[in-house]
Amino acid sequence: MSDAELSRLRVVPARHPGRIVLAVIVGLLAAAVLWSFATNPRWEWGVVAQWFFAESIIRGLLETLKLTVLAGAVGFGLGLVLALMRLSKSSLISGVSWTFSWIFRSTPLLVQLLLWYNLGYLYERISLGIPLTDVTFVDARTSDLMTPMLAAILGLGLHQAAYAAELIRGGILSVDQGQLEAASALGIPARDRSLRIVLPQAMRAILPTAFNEIIGLVKGTSIVYVLAHAELFFTVQLIYGRTQQVLPMLLVATVWYVVITSALSVGQYYIERHYSKGAVRTLPPTPLQRLRARLGRRPVSAGAPA
Amino acid sequence: MSPLTSLLRRSGRGTGTASSDAPSAVRAAQPEPSADGSRGGLVEIRGVRKSFGELEVLRGIDLTISPGEVTAILGPSGSGKSTLLRTINHLEPVTSGLISLDGEVIGYRRDGDLLHELREPEVLRQRTEIGMVFQSFNLFAHMTALANVAEAPRRALGVRRREAEAQARELLALVGLSDKERAYPRQLSGGQQQRVAIARALALRPKVLLFDEPTSALDPELVEEVLAVIRSLASAGTTLVIVTHEISFARDVADAVVFMDQGRIVEQGPPAEVIDTPAHERTRAFLQRVRTGTAPAPEDATDGADPADVASLDARTDSPPAPRTTPEDRS
Repeated sequence: MSDAELSRLRVVPARHPGRIVLAVIVGLLAAAVLWSFATNPRWEWGVVAQWFFAESIIRGLLETLKLTVLAGAVGFGLGLVLALMRLSKSSLISGVSWTFSWIFRSTPLLVQLLLWYNLGYLYERISLGIPLTDVTFVDARTSDLMTPMLAAILGLGLHQAAYAAELIRGGILSVDQGQLEAASALGIPARDRSLRIVLPQAMRAILPTAFNEIIGLVKGTSIVYVLAHAELFFTVQLIYGRTQQVLPMLLVATVWYVVITSALSVGQYYIERHYSKGAVRTLPPTPLQRLRARLGRRPVSAGAPA
Repeated sequence: MSPLTSLLRRSGRGTGTASSDAPSAVRAAQPEPSADGSRGGLVEIRGVRKSFGELEVLRGIDLTISPGEVTAILGPSGSGKSTLLRTINHLEPVTSGLISLDGEVIGYRRDGDLLHELREPEVLRQRTEIGMVFQSFNLFAHMTALANVAEAPRRALGVRRREAEAQARELLALVGLSDKERAYPRQLSGGQQQRVAIARALALRPKVLLFDEPTSALDPELVEEVLAVIRSLASAGTTLVIVTHEISFARDVADAVVFMDQGRIVEQGPPAEVIDTPAHERTRAFLQRVRTGTAPAPEDATDGADPADVASLDARTDSPPAPRTTPEDRS
């Protein structure tokens, strides 16, 4: 075949008629659902709009965020410690970690919350001091210490820790043993081996599930309404108890949960991208870079360094 | 004097002539021969035994590795040669016996007849004097080549980041990879990864460098670039212990060749003896197998080989039928 012939050759993209049919069907269904949302007056979007930025709702929302952050920090911080304990060579240490996960994964979250809140019934006073001396640092009635907020953080956090421990342990186990061996052979101390060599590589396996857990926790905080703590869900309940506008108020809460989850999902994308450095040969362009490339302002370089 | 030249400035055999196919950067970094500043590297292995459960992998090994010498360990797979290498830096604690580096017992503190097991920080300090290069590279996958090389000096020796990276740059230049300092391991070829791994092992300025089959995981055309780097280290007078299947490389580079089989040293000596005129039947059979496996040479394929192996080779290489020899050394 001559060069001229070769240069005349042209690629005709394959057609996918099935895809087009499917796209039309999905599009029609989505339109129907959206139409019903928009036109069915019983959704009462007017009420939703009226309450969406109400001061009490925003206060509840901040409370929900605070609970998520604190319980998440307790959960993943303790979870990391438990995961490292579980991998310890000492059977006592790994046994303690196993037992913790066993207990806190077997008890319903609701029970844990109520137990913490009612700790004062079990132990009337809490005091911290040096045994056999008169030195005490803290001595208080348990019921004064155990606010709904503290009970919620303990309940949610410890429950989360039991799950986080297992998922962090799974991530650590997914890292090639050769990495640890090389680090040991280079004389790198145990702490740096864990924190600088193993954990960053384990993050790739940990992150997708961890974000699942955090997003679950955001909505999981709504269970704290049993302690009458005024987070988003409890606030909404208070309002519809008064106004009887149950569905629109539930929508207010739902839309806020959707907003939080969406923000977390965007964060997840970029954090996962960060930890995939070195794991993939070249990082794919971010959506923003792709958009820019489409608009022709800046070409996407395939081999952009991370 | 830069850390690098002092690193490579060893006593004895530093003749400074790299082989002609070494990457140019390696040749450029060749130190001039000098007799000063010997950093030692005498490894003494005495009566070492190692068992994994029921299985005894090392059955009494005695071996002395002199400073500045290159020792190649050959042997069939399962002969315990990799395990022996790993006992030298205490990655595998021995079951009995002693290993010492410049008179210092590895992994234990000797107190008369008592051996006190060392705590981890002490073991780690000892390991900084013994570099290791793995068959599967084991580069830190989430770090750039530069960070890989700089990591151990920073974490194990507490060197400042800036200094560690400056030294890492020199070492990457030594292995001919100056342009790859920002690449992640997965963006490098196998041969490049292994050269980064060698630079990483050199970064602690070890007294001894251990190579565990450094080219076994490489494509054939990438083997030579790694061997060239090792060759240049050898001619710079670094103490090297190399477990390898590259027989011709071992003959070229090694001062001493050790042949192991079934957890014992079968014979040892200069390459001219062990490789060219092996005294033991098992050594001959092994060399035969390895040579025929890599480059079939029908006229060699018969001499003194194990009958079973010759039979299987016949099927593969169409060599003439082998005369049956009676192995005298098959205990």
